[in-house]
Amino acid sequence: MTALSEPPTEVGPSFFQSFFRGMQSMVSIPALILTAAFVGYAGLARESGLTLGHTLVLAGLVWALPSVVVLTGALTSGASMLTAAIAVALASVRLMPMTVALMPMLRVEGKTKRWQLLIASHFVAVTAWVYAMKHMPDMPREARLPFFLGFAGGLSSFVVMMTAVSYLVISDMPPMVAGALFMLTPVYFTCSLWGASRLSYDKAAMILGLFLGPFFHVYAPGLDLLWTGLVGGTLAYAGVKAYRRAVQ
Amino acid sequence: MSETWWWPYLMIIVAGWLATDIWRWLGVLVGGRLREDSEALMWVRAVATALVAGVISRLILFPTGALAGSPLGLRIAAASIGFVAFLLSRQKVVVGVLTAEVVLVVGWLAIGGVR
Repeated sequence: MTALSEPPTEVGPSFFQSFFRGMQSMVSIPALILTAAFVGYAGLARESGLTLGHTLVLAGLVWALPSVVVLTGALTSGASMLTAAIAVALASVRLMPMTVALMPMLRVEGKTKRWQLLIASHFVAVTAWVYAMKHMPDMPREARLPFFLGFAGGLSSFVVMMTAVSYLVISDMPPMVAGALFMLTPVYFTCSLWGASRLSYDKAAMILGLFLGPFFHVYAPGLDLLWTGLVGGTLAYAGVKAYRRAVQ
Repeated sequence: MSETWWWPYLMIIVAGWLATDIWRWLGVLVGGRLREDSEALMWVRAVATALVAGVISRLILFPTGALAGSPLGLRIAAASIGFVAFLLSRQKVVVGVLTAEVVLVVGWLAIGGVR
């Protein structure tokens, strides 16, 4: 479909080509694992007394599994709106540094509009983030934003639909099956986060985060993830930097 | 849950959607100023990675729902063996995930299943 009138400099794929390539990439192991994890969540939502409508709106609007689980807990425990908002906001702080790290990769200087990035940012969650950080550096800059929209937007639509289907179909999930489904997320996160770490900073940060997480969970409950990120990330960054300087 | 039908939805919009997306929007505003190869971004990436790792260990050590019924040692063993299998298989995520699941389910059945 290459028109002859097209200038030879125009080698990059079109918006829709990249968008559909993103949607095609959705057919992947990460998507499968995330779907299975949300199937497990559908069981939890049903057990917690959420209606199908609540479950769908919650999963689609929040779109980050740990925060989804936190809000579900707050809804069922009858927490006030303020308490629930604080709990969810604390569980979601991690999305900010993730988004900060992703945006310079998605953006085309002087071309990408801020509203486009604001829309894309809603789909930032671990699965899509890890996938994007791993695969997008190899893509032409123009193709990245449409690819991300196709991949991450398609992924959340598909997963929310599958959550609805499993909510309706699975009435009584055996606890062991539900437990096994919940185990998928952390193991999958571990493997893919390691795979996406291109720099030694990232690997060091991941190892530190794994060990600092439980420590701060006990000693700074509520703010634990924030502390884990700030302390673990800063130590990893400073440590690797100091090591490199010492080696050179 | 409250009596009115719309109350849970309002909760979800305010305490769920706004409380989550506010961070993503802030991330866009800050990330829009950073260059891809800047030192500041390296640090932010390290912070984000450590945060996600914190989520991982929280999900394994302090799980919610049905997984909480499994022994802690078994969850740690399953995740660790899965990760080693992932590394040995030249970083195939499927291998890591399936190995961890097999260890978890077999171990869980061996100790007599869900109590």
